[in-house]
Amino acid sequence: MGLMEKIFALLEPAHWGVHPDDKKRPAADAPVRRLPLPERLYVPLQQHIGAAARPIVLTGQKVKKGELIAEAQGATSAAIHAPTSGKVVAVGDVTAPHPSGLPVAAITIEADGEEAWIDAAPAQDPFSLSPEEIAKQVAAAGIVGLGGATFPSALKLGLAKKAKIHTLIINGGECEPYLSCDDRLMRDASPEIVAGIRLMLIATGAQRALVGIEDNKPEAIAAMREAVRPRREIEVKPVPARYPMGSEKHLFSTLMGQEVPADGRTTDLGALVHNVGTAHAVYQALGKGRPLVERLVTVNGGAVAFPGNLLVPIGALVEDVLAFAGLKETPARLVMGGPMMGSLLPHARVPIIKGSSGILALTAQEAGIAPAGPCIRCSSCVRACPIGLLPLEMAARIAAGALSAAVDYGLKDCIACGCCAYVCPSRIPLVQYFNHAKGELAAQARAQLRNEAAKRLAAARAERLEREAKEKAEAAARRKAERMAQKAAEAAAAAAKQAEEVA
Amino acid sequence: MIAAILSLTLLGLVLGFGLGFAARKFHVETDAKVAEIEALMPGSNCGQCGFPGCAGAAAAIADGSAPPTICPPGGKALVEAIAKLLGLSVDTSALADEGPKIAVVQEEICIGCCRCLKECPTDAIIGAAKQIHSVLREACTGCAKCVARCPTEALRMEPVPVTLQHWVWPKPERGAPAWA
Repeated sequence: MGLMEKIFALLEPAHWGVHPDDKKRPAADAPVRRLPLPERLYVPLQQHIGAAARPIVLTGQKVKKGELIAEAQGATSAAIHAPTSGKVVAVGDVTAPHPSGLPVAAITIEADGEEAWIDAAPAQDPFSLSPEEIAKQVAAAGIVGLGGATFPSALKLGLAKKAKIHTLIINGGECEPYLSCDDRLMRDASPEIVAGIRLMLIATGAQRALVGIEDNKPEAIAAMREAVRPRREIEVKPVPARYPMGSEKHLFSTLMGQEVPADGRTTDLGALVHNVGTAHAVYQALGKGRPLVERLVTVNGGAVAFPGNLLVPIGALVEDVLAFAGLKETPARLVMGGPMMGSLLPHARVPIIKGSSGILALTAQEAGIAPAGPCIRCSSCVRACPIGLLPLEMAARIAAGALSAAVDYGLKDCIACGCCAYVCPSRIPLVQYFNHAKGELAAQARAQLRNEAAKRLAAARAERLEREAKEKAEAAARRKAERMAQKAAEAAAAAAKQAEEVA
Repeated sequence: MIAAILSLTLLGLVLGFGLGFAARKFHVETDAKVAEIEALMPGSNCGQCGFPGCAGAAAAIADGSAPPTICPPGGKALVEAIAKLLGLSVDTSALADEGPKIAVVQEEICIGCCRCLKECPTDAIIGAAKQIHSVLREACTGCAKCVARCPTEALRMEPVPVTLQHWVWPKPERGAPAWA
């Protein structure tokens, strides 16, 4: 950075992101309600980044609440537990909570209504555990990043320990409009969150923890401040409300005053970012022996009669959640997650998963469905992009099929936050262009890997055929030599016999 | 002045002839491009393109007698890699890429004759005499050579199912309602 740029940076604070109307209230202020237990729960085996879990139950088997029903498979995976007690009635496909509407393998449990827990882990002091043991128990409880990325948390803790981080950043940003589950959790369960943070500090070896909370949640800030008062190593830091403050890299740079390089992670700079919900789940698992089987879900949107936060067992259908919260009208669009980055749902018969922070039933007016116009090159998207990319240029290249040109413009750094599409006056679906291009590039990379593997296999086959031919020839030569030797021996014997007779 | 013009002209002529002679005398037949294209090809020598193996196809693509789109197992990725290498502009969006396919054995028809095993260029089929054969999905390149060889038509080419991990957002249509 040149001197002039440094001076400009001092004069003008970083400008990125957007300020959408947050629409968090009144849902955020309504007390938490518990979803009445649905008759059946559909628990997908893939609720996390990485390999799907491997089911270890059979149909007809009785399970207790919190019992392990699918174990982690491979290095990046997460265990899955029964969200209620009952009978396993099916292990098969259900519709995934995903815009594609494709199936995902799931375990269907018929609830017996007793909610009988498995015997909780023996009471012990979780704060006396070793870092490795904490990570192990976090993995056993099937905890994944509850901010939405659903990366297995134990893996993240282990990596941070190896990277020798000094700061643990707890993400209470919740910058997405409409959502308030983290806000509600911080207001209602701040002591448990703080206990979870302390456990994560032990697990990562970090010296301090910063809890970043957007300043549009004063109640949550007050509650967390109260809870961390006795702990000097944990500090609550209000951050300005601006979307996407909850993005790992942006929260980090706001709190630490340092920018994360494009190809780097926050752990390279000595900090690990975890969501408040994850901290809460860590304490639930280690302090109470409760694996991750339920979560807070914000139900919001113009079509919802009684918006608020619900405690929902994993595997409950969106349909059940909406029926409980009530619908004023038929929603024009159903979204899982926030309105900026959430995924469009094909219909309401999809299950709630570990990463579901909210269910939004939006009216046509809220969804703002309108045809896209041409790009007028106003560059609003450039000003909004929190990464400093040129969304209009990337989209134009992707529209023309020049994917590698879009990569040259920094497509791989795009976090798909949706700021560009939000500000676009022509309503161009910019994020869809970027998601399309990223998917297409990943498919090409996979095809390339396949080609290389095929080439190796073909070479191995050629080598095998050659070896077999050689072995065959050698065997034939050996047999021939044996035959010759036998003949020679017979001839010699015959000659000797003849000689004997003559004699 | 005249001496300079003459000497430079002479020099130019001599060097020019020298270079021309060298170009003909030491001409190398093989094209470096062919080797580069061959390195990109799947290398299973399946023959679906109609050329004798990947080397033949690479040579045909390099001299322009075949389009870069002739290799079915290579798919779109290969077309784009070749187009980049040769500086061609190929519209891959119009390319009829029905997605990857792999061979699947219909177990009730397979008689365990082992003929397909010998045909497979990547050893992707396992089996033994009078045992039902099976295709290893990860190793099958979708060349379909085994399909023609099977005496009971037990082998079928089936599209690889789209999974959540492999699904790609469709490209937005211009003027269509915005998704996001």
